[in-house]
Amino acid sequence: MGLLNKLDDPYEGGGIVLGKVEDLLNWGRSKSDWYLHFGLACCAIEFMAMNASHFDFMRFGTIPRTSPRQADFIMVTGTVTFKMADRIKVLYEQMAEPKYVISVGSCSNCGGPYWEHGYHVLKGVDRIIPVDVYIPGCPPRPEAFEEGMMLLQSKISKQAIFNKRKKLEAEL
Amino acid sequence: MSDKKRLDLEYSQIESDKMRINVGPQHPSTHGVLRLEVEVDGEIVTEVIPHLGYLHRSFEKHCEKMTYPQVMPYIDRLDYISAMNNEWPYVMALEKLMDIKVPEKVDYIRVILAELNRIANHQIAVATFGLDAGAFTPFLFFFRDREYILWILEKMSGARLLYNYFRVGGLAADVYPGFKEDCLNIVKQVRKTNAEVMDLLIYNSIFIKRSANVGILRPDVAINFACSGPVLRGSGVKYDLRKDEPYSIYDRFDFDIPVGKGEVGVVGDCWDRNMVRVQEMEQSCRIIEQAIAQMPMEGDVSALVPKRIKPPKGEVYMRAENPKGDLGFYIVSNGTDKPERLKARGASFVNLSVIPEISKGYMFADLILILGSIDIVLGEVDR
Ligand code: SF4
Repeated sequence: MGLLNKLDDPYEGGGIVLGKVEDLLNWGRSKSDWYLHFGLACCAIEFMAMNASHFDFMRFGTIPRTSPRQADFIMVTGTVTFKMADRIKVLYEQMAEPKYVISVGSCSNCGGPYWEHGYHVLKGVDRIIPVDVYIPGCPPRPEAFEEGMMLLQSKISKQAIFNKRKKLEAEL
Repeated sequence: MSDKKRLDLEYSQIESDKMRINVGPQHPSTHGVLRLEVEVDGEIVTEVIPHLGYLHRSFEKHCEKMTYPQVMPYIDRLDYISAMNNEWPYVMALEKLMDIKVPEKVDYIRVILAELNRIANHQIAVATFGLDAGAFTPFLFFFRDREYILWILEKMSGARLLYNYFRVGGLAADVYPGFKEDCLNIVKQVRKTNAEVMDLLIYNSIFIKRSANVGILRPDVAINFACSGPVLRGSGVKYDLRKDEPYSIYDRFDFDIPVGKGEVGVVGDCWDRNMVRVQEMEQSCRIIEQAIAQMPMEGDVSALVPKRIKPPKGEVYMRAENPKGDLGFYIVSNGTDKPERLKARGASFVNLSVIPEISKGYMFADLILILGSIDIVLGEVDR
């Protein structure tokens, strides 16, 4: 609501905002992220609860999509096995830029309870795709999902859109 | 039956090229990471081949490497929707092997928690079945109530979904003050929502059109495939381990076994299986009420058990009625504190095997519905 409050400022003619186009675009982008839900295991059940009445994930402006081509970010919720890993990679590559990844639960963060003897479990989804936000827990509480989503939003709202390469080079 | 016949007739007259399509492993309606290879003739399913292994999490390997109490979290993660029920046959098997008698209070608490978890499981099952049929509102209703149940389970065990609460010879903690009132309130709430859902979903004419006469599982087929749980009972077979082979203290309670009667279609269709789940919630409510009334409040919640669980050499098999069907654990002990072998017999895996049998000849959209009515959980299928 920050922007609307600014618009209420008592300038004559009303509604003048000074700011960067980048900020405006990022504001829009961060408040309407569509996600590809990738429910894999137990964490997905908690994510279902997150989507339901008590927690209402959609108030973040997120809409579940079933096609990677319509998604802005992918939620990997659960244990990633070797058999599943190449699917995730393909799906991630099908998504259009800019794209983000939230890794939910210990399993997709690092292998979770299966890190030691799980011969068929990938020890962290970040071994195959880059992860932006990690949500810890086994399974994470819905409140943790909320925080993870807020972290992603703040990350998106600070990102550079124009002259990306120049800025990156200056940073390096 | 008329619709089905019409489809059969059309199917025999029109010959078109068969097409193989892939459902899953990433598909919103496969209830996890199941992959179905489907052969369709136009819109009609002619063959279904399930492919498993996308969630194989090396359960038996972990059991070999962990001590008996350490295995418990992995047992939770088999059927992660009803973790309390999963833990029960495992601890019962160990208690049988070690010859431990648990205090009466423990049995009552176990019954109450397992039945609460059964309600939570059936709520998810019916809700997602509604989703598959295109009804979104019951999903919200059921998840609202499920949250109240999870609050109780969380207060008892500290976790919302995977509890790790049962122990060999007892429980991790005693009940909290106000437990009985909470349970009775839940029972009231569950009944209220079920009455609402009856109008909203179960007897909704669109829903009946969609799910009656679809996916008919004949009783003989169900028995031959060793189905259990609501899938078997939906076909009209009265078989429930809580009655037929009463473990723990189930013989003290008065409850019925709901079976499919073919009220709106043929016995054993998707609607029947779904209805059995709704009726089972009511029966669970009855059990909870009786258990609360009989439950002693004094006493310990743990039998005298050595700190280090070392069952004697031997084998044991114990099974219990899970919300999804029979869940059995076969433990081979070699006298050390780690199991030599631990095999789980998951109901979902067995129930899933009827999918190719019962989905032939129906429309492709019905396949999703049939899968939803079986109510599988992939953690138990792939293990
Ligand atoms: S992190 Fe825990 S709850 Fe989540 S998928 Fe892994 S085992 Fe299941």
